[in-house]
Amino acid sequence: MKFVLDAEQRLFGETLHKLLTEAGTPGVIRSWAAGEHDRTLWTALAQAGVFALAVPERHDGAGPRPIELVTAMVELGRHAVPGPVVETLAAAALFEGVGDEELSAEWLPRLAAGHAVVSLVPPSAEEAPPCRALDADVADLVLLTEGEGLWSARPEGTPRRSIDPARRLFTVTPAAPLASGPAVREAAAAAYDLGTLACAAQSLGVGRALLDITVAYAGTRRQFGRSIGEFQAVKHHLANAFTGLEFARPLVYGAAVSAGSPEFARDVSAAKVAASDAAYVTARIALQVHGAIGYTDEYDPSLWIRKAVALHSAWGSPANHRARLMKALS
Amino acid sequence: MDLDLSSVEAFRAEVRDWLARNVPATPLPSLETEKGFAAHREWERRLGAARLSAVSWPEAYGGRGASPLEWLVFEEEYYAAGAPGRVSQNGVNLLAPTLFAHGTPEQLARVLPPMAAGEVIWAQAWSEPGAGSDLAALRATATRTDDGWRLNGQKTWSSRAAFADRGFGLFRSDPASERHRGLTYLMFPLDADGVTVRPIGRLDGKPAFAELFFDDVFVPGDDVIGEVGQGWKAAMSTAGNERGLTLRSPGRFLAAAERLVALWREHGADPLLRDRVADVWIKARAYRLKGFETISRSDDIGAESSVNKIFWSELDVELHETALDILGAEGELEGDWLEGYVFSLAGPIYAGTNEIQRNVIAERVLGLPR
Repeated sequence: MKFVLDAEQRLFGETLHKLLTEAGTPGVIRSWAAGEHDRTLWTALAQAGVFALAVPERHDGAGPRPIELVTAMVELGRHAVPGPVVETLAAAALFEGVGDEELSAEWLPRLAAGHAVVSLVPPSAEEAPPCRALDADVADLVLLTEGEGLWSARPEGTPRRSIDPARRLFTVTPAAPLASGPAVREAAAAAYDLGTLACAAQSLGVGRALLDITVAYAGTRRQFGRSIGEFQAVKHHLANAFTGLEFARPLVYGAAVSAGSPEFARDVSAAKVAASDAAYVTARIALQVHGAIGYTDEYDPSLWIRKAVALHSAWGSPANHRARLMKALS
Repeated sequence: MDLDLSSVEAFRAEVRDWLARNVPATPLPSLETEKGFAAHREWERRLGAARLSAVSWPEAYGGRGASPLEWLVFEEEYYAAGAPGRVSQNGVNLLAPTLFAHGTPEQLARVLPPMAAGEVIWAQAWSEPGAGSDLAALRATATRTDDGWRLNGQKTWSSRAAFADRGFGLFRSDPASERHRGLTYLMFPLDADGVTVRPIGRLDGKPAFAELFFDDVFVPGDDVIGEVGQGWKAAMSTAGNERGLTLRSPGRFLAAAERLVALWREHGADPLLRDRVADVWIKARAYRLKGFETISRSDDIGAESSVNKIFWSELDVELHETALDILGAEGELEGDWLEGYVFSLAGPIYAGTNEIQRNVIAERVLGLPR
């Protein structure tokens, strides 16, 4: 038993952190929100091996590697990377689960290499989906599952705006059937679990970044002749944020370790509840500690605050995942 | 990264088997009563005879040299089996780690075996009327004599002291000293001449702790732990243990969370309470995994142990509040859940209040200015 990342996994996370720091994601996020969907960062992430983590080796991937996938998504969340990253990873699991070699051979190598951006409607078995897909107009392929049917889909009209300006949600309708049968239903469940795990990891990273940003701000912002971080009210807010994130992390990595076991769905739900709640609480605290500046669109930390709110209900609301967990415990 | 527990499955099976054969069929009376204390002491003797009272200690002192992982697994099995609360806890979890770090071989050989055997039960004696969260304000004194020390002053909130045999705590040995300096860590008998024990009823009236009055109490020099005047340093190694995993192990909350889920179902699985039950289960699991993470780390967790103390103490309250709400109008009535609830309410206060722990996290972990 060794429940910490090994040196190679840590190095992978650090490499992504460096890459994303150099990319300057706030600028990328704002461009993405403004409709400029440059794929430079997407390609760089693919070259770093992010998408390959969900693609099997026989289709030019390196997966499945759920622990590395979580490690990557924490870093992507930490830098609030825009685009349908979670959706593309889930799509890989969906193709792999459906097991149609022709479809897989067509899409998985491109997906791993970063040449295909894929979006989908999160295939929840419990929740009646509103049939919205993230950034569907940018994607090379949009997927929709209905029962035992897998469809390609097309976006309709203009997107609904999210509180996270970089998240643009499209209503989609089925365009063409891709596969059908019981395998689709099972594949959809597996894809939903993987996507939810990736979203939980992303939330954890968003929360971690917000804590770091806010601790730094509290140490420098001065009022009443001293830094606001000296005030116990502020200290306790930040200690609470830290506590929530510290106990969400082992749930997220623990779920990654349980991938492939019968407990995976249950563990993913526990991880999603804890990580999205911890990130949300941290976002509220970040907003409060920053004061009015944190409430502005122009101030970069508000990009993370808004993402934390959006991810709280993306890929299944906490209430949905608590219900799923309690069902699994019976 | 893995969660492979196969290396400890044989140990787990042995512990589970022993507990299945030995855990009393009917729960013992509350350990905070005279009768219950005696019954729990008897239970400690049985555990000790099976070398299960302090599994992580070396065999020479009555343990099994269990690894931290084996200890976590022991705790999981112990609480899953519904085994009695540990009346020996102050000694095993607070005093013993300090002795291992700062005690002499003579002290280890003299103090630990009777502790493991349940023959000597220990009370902690940290707080004083004027020194609670601000422990360094303590004033009880230890004055050197030809062959030892004389203790004077007062301690309070001394858990288990109403029925225990011996106590340990910090005393000011240098009258000119202030704050953390000039303190000495001492062990003393609770039945010595000059010690007065006044039991204090906790919230439910049970004498779970006591006030101690010292009037020229003699303690031999052999009962100083660590160096004279360096008691603060020695005590802090205990404080870290108290806040870390050892005082309230994950196994305890895992078992309680499973019982809560069962209670919720027995009472009709009220959907209005579902999310709260789910959160308790999730948090108990989080604490378990955090424990595995902690023992997998190669570095000392240091001030991060404060985060554990906040988490388990608030989880314990949340768990029992949820249980009482499930019980509805029955919640206020005497019973196991209410006993657990009353016990849980002390958690955010003892071992350093959670407000102090939050300061520790903010200043020593996050690096905010003091």
